[in-house]
Amino acid sequence: MSDARTQILAGIRASLKRDALPQDRVAALETRLAGRPRGPIPARSAGLDRAGLVDLFDRQARSVACTVTRVATRADVPAALAAYLKSQNLPAEVEMSPDPDLDHIPWSAMPLLRIARGKPSGAEGVGVTSALAAVAETATLMIASGPTSPATMNFLPDTHVVVLPAARVVGPLEDAWDRLRATRDGALVAAAMPRTVNLVTGPSRTGDIEQKIEMGAHGPRRLHVIVVEDDGDV
Amino acid sequence: MMHATSNQFRANANAGLANPTLQSALAKMKVGFPTKRAEAVAKLPEFDALRDRARDIKNHVLENIDWYLERFEQRVTEAGGHVHWARTPEEARQIVLDICQRLGARSVTKGKSMIAEEIGLNAYLESHAIEPVETDLGEYIIQLRNEAPSHIIAPAVHLTKDAIEADFRRAHTHLDARRDLTEPQTLVAEARGILRQRYFQADVGITGANFLIAETGSSVIVTNEGNGDLTQLLPKAHVVLASLEKIVPTLEDASAILRVLGRSATGQEMSVYTTFSTGPRRPGDLDGPGEYHVVLLDNGRSALLGTEFQEILRCIRCGACMNHCPVYGAVGGHAYGWVYPGPMGAVLTPSLIGVENAKPLPNASTFCGKCESVCPMRIPLPKMMRHYRAREWQRDLTPRGARIGLGIWAWFAKRPPLYHFMASTAMAALGWLGRKHGSFFNLPLAGGWTATREFPAPQGKTFQELWWEKQRAKGRS
Ligand code: SF4
Repeated sequence: MSDARTQILAGIRASLKRDALPQDRVAALETRLAGRPRGPIPARSAGLDRAGLVDLFDRQARSVACTVTRVATRADVPAALAAYLKSQNLPAEVEMSPDPDLDHIPWSAMPLLRIARGKPSGAEGVGVTSALAAVAETATLMIASGPTSPATMNFLPDTHVVVLPAARVVGPLEDAWDRLRATRDGALVAAAMPRTVNLVTGPSRTGDIEQKIEMGAHGPRRLHVIVVEDDGDV
Repeated sequence: MMHATSNQFRANANAGLANPTLQSALAKMKVGFPTKRAEAVAKLPEFDALRDRARDIKNHVLENIDWYLERFEQRVTEAGGHVHWARTPEEARQIVLDICQRLGARSVTKGKSMIAEEIGLNAYLESHAIEPVETDLGEYIIQLRNEAPSHIIAPAVHLTKDAIEADFRRAHTHLDARRDLTEPQTLVAEARGILRQRYFQADVGITGANFLIAETGSSVIVTNEGNGDLTQLLPKAHVVLASLEKIVPTLEDASAILRVLGRSATGQEMSVYTTFSTGPRRPGDLDGPGEYHVVLLDNGRSALLGTEFQEILRCIRCGACMNHCPVYGAVGGHAYGWVYPGPMGAVLTPSLIGVENAKPLPNASTFCGKCESVCPMRIPLPKMMRHYRAREWQRDLTPRGARIGLGIWAWFAKRPPLYHFMASTAMAALGWLGRKHGSFFNLPLAGGWTATREFPAPQGKTFQELWWEKQRAKGRS
């Protein structure tokens, strides 16, 4: 197919009435790529402190049919999860990503909660994950795949529960990319970019039948976020 | 390439107008989408600034697209993936088939992809004994019906729940015939159950792409259902079908455009799932595809660069132009006869398959300007339709009747005093004739207009008279 490639590139240049870009133009494009200029950032998340960001996230989450519980510390998470499962009439049984973020939580405080760590089995139960960042502007969770974070956990379970340290709530999406870059030493190229970065904003839905919104089209029909207000800087 | 019936727009449109099911679906759509969009726009004061930004990003990309595509290819390769370049639909189909055959694929799942429609992929795979399974609910429904999508983001918008129920009963014969399917929720659940198994069975998963990112070598899909994610995560290989102009420089550029995409499409601030995929699964990963391929399709797009049609390459396929279009709202998407309907289709279809194969489309417009006013990428769609009309005229593709009528008009128009006299006489006559209803249901020589809409009775003065009155008033103040 190399000649398709050559021909397409030649065709583009012929249409634009120029050759391959000269050095100075290339340098300008490299500068733009490295500088990653931002567009207009919606003011709604500007200047908010951590509490303000969490409030905005919470409000936005409810507007996209997501539910939120806020707990003071990570020691409160197991009871909050158990209470949520009970409120939805779900069995005290979850699948959980083998994410070290979730290792810090004292799950043994809820001995009746059955937890299977690993990738999801495909049974349509409850899946628990962490998130790398949460965008307050739109209540969007950023979850990156990796050896301890299977992307299918965000899609196969019928109910998705995310444990979110409040320190990870940022204003706009651009700040979430910077958080990801910070965990990867800068440029997101080659293996530094996770295979899958999922931005999740509410539970799965479809409007394909007479434009009536129905939840749970293929992914989870419920999305619940447990925000841990004081969880250090994880 | 998918067979086009765009030249039969008139017959297609008449069929649409006479179809009561379609008309009730369109009536719902015409209210639903614009209302949701307007509410979302009202909540974001920066919306128009973001439209400017989105336009500027794509303009920058189009000027430098060769360089960005090469950088994208380099990044995909570094991440362990493969980029395949395809000039034509035939080449693109062959690339996909080769991947499927090398992996011994018997079934492939598919997320929603307009490029797959454009290259006629399903029929081609079927002819090689590979079963394509559409997983987007709307696409799944129209696949059961062996139909083309009628809308770029709501493929089954032309169907009612009852029609879909009948299709499910016909197709899902292994389920209890007495089951209750009266609620949309039960239809959604049934499709979900059936497609769950198909994700696990599939050997290859094919998705489209809303963006390609040069910075990282990622492809991006935007969905609400999550089908595109299960499609790409579970099989052995993920194949991305994308046209050249999907490329943007950075994650920040994609983030800016995402802010106008969801709002323009469905009135959502963000769609539920926006997924960035880069290469195959990494060593140690617990899931993800073993191979990652991107098929870059040109199919005539590179030839639009540097022409008066370049700006259509900014299109992000949000559907807002068709949601707000009175012509689309009257005749539905199938009337346009090829993959892309509505105003964006009226420009893109002749660009891609040749104006001789889509003669009526640039005329399928009232030039009300609504499409351009809602387009998040500020694409001057009416202007481009006019360019096609002009080309058509030069190439003598305009029907003879219209040419003679316009010829007479031109003769008068070049003689202003005479034109003025004729116009005011005609206006007076029409005003008198139409005085009862205020509009005409039938007008001689303009049957094409009055067959489907009323022609407002003139209110007495010609445009020129009003213009001169205005000018005089200005002069006085
Ligand atoms: S032309 Fe504009 S409004 Fe229409 S689909 Fe494309 S981006 Fe959306």
